[in-house]
Amino acid sequence: MPGEYAVELRDVVKRFITPEGRDLDAVNHVTMQIRNGEFFSMLGPSGCGKTTSLRLIAGFEWPTSGDVCIDGVPQGHRPPFLRPVNTVFQSYALFQHMTVYQNVAFGLEMEGASKDEIRKRVGRSLEMVQLTGMDRRHPKQLSGGQQQRVAVARALVKTPSVLLLDEPLGALDLKLRKEMQLELKALQQQLGITFVYVTHDQEEALTMSDRIAVMNQGKVLQMGPAVEIYERPTSRFVAAFIGEANFLDGRVKSLKGENAVVTIPAWGTDLAGLTTADVREGDDVAVSIRPEKVRLTDAPEAAENCLEGIVSTSTYIGSDTHVYLDVRGQRVKVWEQNRTSRLDPRSVYRAGAKAWITLPPENTLILAKE
Amino acid sequence: MSEKKLPIWLRLYGVAAYAYIYVPILILMVFSFNTMKLNIRWEGFTTRWYGVLFNDQQVILATRNTLMIAVVSTIVATIVGTMAALALHRYRFPGYNASETMMYIPIVIPEVIMGISMLVLFVMLNFKLGLLTITLAHIAFNIPFVALVVRARLHGYDNAIDEAAMDLGANELTTFWRVTLPTIMPGVLSGAMLAFTLSLDDYVITYFTAGPGSTTLPLRVFSMVRFMVTPEVNALSTIWVLAVFFVMLAGRLAQNRRA
Amino acid sequence: MSAQDTAPGARRIGLLGRLRESRVFQGLALISPANGYLFFFVVLPLVMVVILSFLSRGAYGNVEYRFNPSNYTRLLDPVYARILVYSLGVGFGTTVITILIGYPLAYYIARSPARQRSTLLFLILVPFWTNFVIRIYAWIMILRGGGLLDSFLQWVGITHQPLGLLYTPTAVMIGMVYEFLPFMVLPLYTSLEKIEEALLEAAADLGAPPWRAFLRVTLPLSVPGMIAGTILVFIPAMGMFVLPDLMGGAKVLLIGNVIRNQFLTARDWPFGAAASMILMIMTLLLTLYYTRRAGFSEDLLV
Repeated sequence: MPGEYAVELRDVVKRFITPEGRDLDAVNHVTMQIRNGEFFSMLGPSGCGKTTSLRLIAGFEWPTSGDVCIDGVPQGHRPPFLRPVNTVFQSYALFQHMTVYQNVAFGLEMEGASKDEIRKRVGRSLEMVQLTGMDRRHPKQLSGGQQQRVAVARALVKTPSVLLLDEPLGALDLKLRKEMQLELKALQQQLGITFVYVTHDQEEALTMSDRIAVMNQGKVLQMGPAVEIYERPTSRFVAAFIGEANFLDGRVKSLKGENAVVTIPAWGTDLAGLTTADVREGDDVAVSIRPEKVRLTDAPEAAENCLEGIVSTSTYIGSDTHVYLDVRGQRVKVWEQNRTSRLDPRSVYRAGAKAWITLPPENTLILAKE
Repeated sequence: MSEKKLPIWLRLYGVAAYAYIYVPILILMVFSFNTMKLNIRWEGFTTRWYGVLFNDQQVILATRNTLMIAVVSTIVATIVGTMAALALHRYRFPGYNASETMMYIPIVIPEVIMGISMLVLFVMLNFKLGLLTITLAHIAFNIPFVALVVRARLHGYDNAIDEAAMDLGANELTTFWRVTLPTIMPGVLSGAMLAFTLSLDDYVITYFTAGPGSTTLPLRVFSMVRFMVTPEVNALSTIWVLAVFFVMLAGRLAQNRRA
Repeated sequence: MSAQDTAPGARRIGLLGRLRESRVFQGLALISPANGYLFFFVVLPLVMVVILSFLSRGAYGNVEYRFNPSNYTRLLDPVYARILVYSLGVGFGTTVITILIGYPLAYYIARSPARQRSTLLFLILVPFWTNFVIRIYAWIMILRGGGLLDSFLQWVGITHQPLGLLYTPTAVMIGMVYEFLPFMVLPLYTSLEKIEEALLEAAADLGAPPWRAFLRVTLPLSVPGMIAGTILVFIPAMGMFVLPDLMGGAKVLLIGNVIRNQFLTARDWPFGAAASMILMIMTLLLTLYYTRRAGFSEDLLV
């Protein structure tokens, strides 16, 4: 029976035995629901369990405990060739001894489709990835980007309900990668099928995904839309892994719903901020604010959380200037957008200049100390 | 390494070394046309020894035996050796190290020891020595060589392509037949060619496992060299060397065309 | 708890199912034919030879099941001890000479332009693949009394009598080197070819003259090739009996000849087995020594 979720992992554990003989839980009690038609990413550093999770969905691994469900049906020990999902591999895994056409046709051959049908569907699939006319070529003769497209075409030709992608753009150079990100996103929206995407590149995840699951050490730390992950990280790891952030140690002084006042011992003052974490008065916490959220002025402001500091260095990036300040012994980074043309950018924030930073309370996040 | 100009002494050395390697063979070939029967000095030109060779029943029989043994032992060794290579490359199982060691034994031990040990085995089992025992022995030393070659080729093998095949709907058997095997085929063919050549050329092990009346080409050549030195041996050698040369040349041209 | 087997096609987790999935089972299944065959035709015979080496020879050349350690003590006899030492010497000498002759040749090939390189390799491989009895015969023709070398030298006027080179230890060494040269050149070439030009450029950049760069960079990096070549030359050279037989006559005896004679002429199988065991032990020691040093490299594979 069709489930409400395209893919679901229910309290899944996958245990391996390391060469040294120890137990390693690559996937450690993971529960996630992936909705029909969404672009869902699993994001995290190497070894966080994202690829293993993907392989559990594909059927290359079976859970030690828990269930992997596709379209509401628990897959149990079903082998990959019986699952209604298809994978795009990191190394593309193209069949070198076959032509592009034969590669893409392979999955349809396995289904027993007629020659005519195969020809039609392969043609359409290649058209979708803009590789019409490449049928007769061999993978060796194609560029990296083209090979990647063949891999996508090969997986999509079977019109799976879910497409799994394992860091498919890792081997491409930067410009090509950015192009492909947009193409894949457009493709997903055009086809309307569910994409489950694995990457360690947070920018990639933020660009393409409807929802992101941030993982570390086999656990899902936070799951939600890109905006939510970025603006309201619920843990220090997520705040640090996605984008840039300033961190300060603090102690909760008072708490009222989401609003909190935190004492920063290093500064000897209090800051007002927001918290979504499970903290209580008196707890040691990590205070985090993103560099672009900090207001930088050359005169003090009459606002909450305004402090004086001295500019250490500033780096001109073109569209932004990255300013590093020393605020009462703590290093604070501020990204300022260069909204007006500054022909001598350093004149605005010279090293040694006095400046004031304001940390807006709605952007000052109070997170559990890990 | 670089392709800068080589010092002159090195180039001269190279030429000299190749001369050292080829002159004896060329002499051998030239003297196949010698009229002198004892073939000690050059006397005159004739092609009659080739005629003698082509009518030599023993040589013809030996050639037939050699080819049969080579074909059979190659086929068996290639299948068994490829399976072993796959096992050692992809899997871990109890007895892995022992299996691997056992695989290397025939490659490392001197042929004479392999020869006599097989002789001992066959005699102890009251197995009559003949073409069959030779073939069994050839299979034994061919399996490790095939396994070694295939295993080396398996090194860069991207396991993801097998997973991709299964992902696309192929079960384990179909995956092996349609994806794994075609991909490793160059390595398997290399191994098969190696096995075929080793079997064709083998003297020592064949010597110990052959019975009376079963003769192979290397054994025949040895007898001719030892006991009956006429230019006929030279003729046989010439044909053999030329055959090897042209087969290798053909292989090389085929490879170049494919690349 | 979970409906594991509800999905159509989900494997039954019975014994057969477990076997199908088990990677251990699959691995064992694939290696069993090779293991079985090699155990029966290689390991078992070797074990038999070990046992045989402790038995006795009967009156008619048969084997009697009497424990007899004297096979080994016989080997300590100066006659045989000398042969053993001589065999080691031949193995060693062949190895050293093939390295001396082969290294410059391998270097020459490795440094040739790419297109020439494959032709040069091809030309080394052709004699490599040619039957070795044929190649020995070529040298017999050249070296025998009144043969080609003698004719040539007398014609040129350097000597006036046959040199009588054939059937001497010198002839055997010449034959050995000729036979084993490709086995040394190919692994050396493989090793040398892998050395990046950038390394030598770095050495030059740091002030090393070419001969020093060779000694400190090229030579050490070619050691794996030398080790592989040594394994391919030393051990087989020690065990050769055909070559000493053809080119040395009865005068040059290696341990291989002793073994062969015991098994086929003298029919003293236990003694032959003991001699084989000694050869085996020497082989094992050498192999262990070298593989411990180098690991098992693929330089062996040409």
